Amino acid sequence: MIAVLHRARSVGPLVSRIVAAVFGGYALAALVSVAPLALPISKPQAVLTGMLASFAVYAGAVVWVFAVRSARRAWAGLLVAAVPLLLAAWSVRSGSMAP
Amino acid sequence: MSIDDSASPPAAATAPLKPRGIRQTMSDLHIWAGLLVGWFLYAMFLTGTVSYFKDELSQWMRPELAHQAVVPDPAVVAQRIVTELATTAAGSPQWSIGLPDARNNTANAFWRKPGVQGRAFESATFDPASGHKVAARDTAGGDFFYRFHFQFHYMPVLWGRWLAGFCAMFMLVAIVSGVITHKKIFTDFFTFRWGKGQRSWLDAHNALSVFGLPFHFMITYTGLVTLMALYMPWGSDTAFKTPAERQQLTAELSAFVQPGKPSGQKAALAPVDAMVRQAQARWGRDNIARVTVVHPGDAAARVSVSRGDEGRASMSPQYLLFDGASGQLLQSKDSVGPAAETRGVLYALHLGRFGDLATRWLYFLVSLAGTAMVGTGLVMWTVKRRQKLPDPDKPYFGFWLVERLNIAAIPGLSIAMAGMLWSNRLLPVDLLKRGEWEVHAFFIVWALTLVHALLRPAKKAWLEQLWLATAVLALLPLLSAFTTQRPFWHSLAAGDGVFVGIELMLWALAALHAMLAIRTSRHAAKLRPARRGAPGRTTATASAGEAA
Repeated sequence: MIAVLHRARSVGPLVSRIVAAVFGGYALAALVSVAPLALPISKPQAVLTGMLASFAVYAGAVVWVFAVRSARRAWAGLLVAAVPLLLAAWSVRSGSMAP
Repeated sequence: MSIDDSASPPAAATAPLKPRGIRQTMSDLHIWAGLLVGWFLYAMFLTGTVSYFKDELSQWMRPELAHQAVVPDPAVVAQRIVTELATTAAGSPQWSIGLPDARNNTANAFWRKPGVQGRAFESATFDPASGHKVAARDTAGGDFFYRFHFQFHYMPVLWGRWLAGFCAMFMLVAIVSGVITHKKIFTDFFTFRWGKGQRSWLDAHNALSVFGLPFHFMITYTGLVTLMALYMPWGSDTAFKTPAERQQLTAELSAFVQPGKPSGQKAALAPVDAMVRQAQARWGRDNIARVTVVHPGDAAARVSVSRGDEGRASMSPQYLLFDGASGQLLQSKDSVGPAAETRGVLYALHLGRFGDLATRWLYFLVSLAGTAMVGTGLVMWTVKRRQKLPDPDKPYFGFWLVERLNIAAIPGLSIAMAGMLWSNRLLPVDLLKRGEWEVHAFFIVWALTLVHALLRPAKKAWLEQLWLATAVLALLPLLSAFTTQRPFWHSLAAGDGVFVGIELMLWALAALHAMLAIRTSRHAAKLRPARRGAPGRTTATASAGEAA
């Protein structure tokens, strides 16, 4: 039992980082693909700008996740980066909902 | 895998925390990102590399079609195929015709199935001289390798594309982390330690990677860009709620004219050759890519003539739109927005179709170096770990698996690809679904190389497969000489650059495999006695098995 716990404790942070890299990174990239809609450019150009940039952000996020000292920091960094993007994406969403 | 942090020694709690260096963590990331999808990446890279000559390969795989010394006038061919489609695809709301060019001696058309809702298409290959369907053997041609490199096979197309995107993302991460790992990226480029086992593998891997680094990075990123609308649909899903709105985006990406509503009034299609001539006046005689006809025979018919790849490194849509009934020019699409143009350029960089023959060869060679980069990386994983094995003859399962998969993935793929070309020459011409059987042959041969790799000792399997690859590649031009009317010497006399080029390439590739086989066997022979004498194995000994 203790061995299992020990194993979980040593593997846990790695699994956490892998999840942060694969899914957290994708979520951040997806936000990047939406956020440019808040820019004052035409919709098709904004959509394409977001798509083009998203993969660079995804790759950067993965590198970040494995470069920092702990899994917790990795997640924290992703969240900090997500906040402004989330705000931008939110403004677009509520903007398009408005009559 | 030692990326986890809780495993750091307890001393770290008292002393100031000393994390593992960034180079070490990036090295781990590089190794695992590379290994996990390395076999897919290798296959994607090699089949993608070959795809730079897919049109030439398609010509070679249809030996019944004569060598095209002069490109037929696209205007004449377009009119011919349109006339043919009026009967072949009667009632279809949309036809699209790809015209022959300097590299392609056929016209390809696809059309929406009449009376079927949604995206149901039929397609056929036409002889530009007669306008009828080609009288050549049924084959997917070079297009098979091209399709395989981004969507694989035996699975739904979308799954394959997602898998390819997943692998490409790993590749991108492996490239970035590989660069960070590198302390002396410039110096290392000039360092090569031949015959030094693991060092040599590392140096080869480094040289291949650094030499082509801008290309490898570009090809990976632009590969993602080609399918980005699939991978990152969130922006367009948020911005566009209706198909009509989405049309704004589609218009920036492709020359594909969406069929509107037919008027229901019959009207004969105006001469298409006259429309193509207007486009030729703008872009040049042979610089026409496609002619698309929407609602032929209806008063609301539209014809678009799109520009070829010459003279611009961009895949952005440029086309002339005509009223199909009157033949009048309605619109000239010359440019797209800045982001769309960026995407068009990135897309074109990936395909490399804008290039002349020299550029194409450069693409091919650097891409081959990229393939070798992935291959040497995969081999290095086993070379490094082999030294640490307690008993090299009984490795742990993971090592055994990687070692065997490497064999099937690297020389095995060469054999399978050559195997497909063999089946192209050997399968009976009237075999039902012959084109599909060529593809099955590719996978059957590949599966057999895996079985062979699993059953034989690793070193022997490497050697046997490399020699087999050498043989099947070298014999292909001979096989072709006996099974077609176009032996090598005839092609040479006739000045047929395509057949001569492909067959010389097959021999060059055979020579490459022979060279690898000789190096492998030499290492094995030279190092075997040393190993018996010295149980503390050297680095060079360790690499003997994989010196491919």
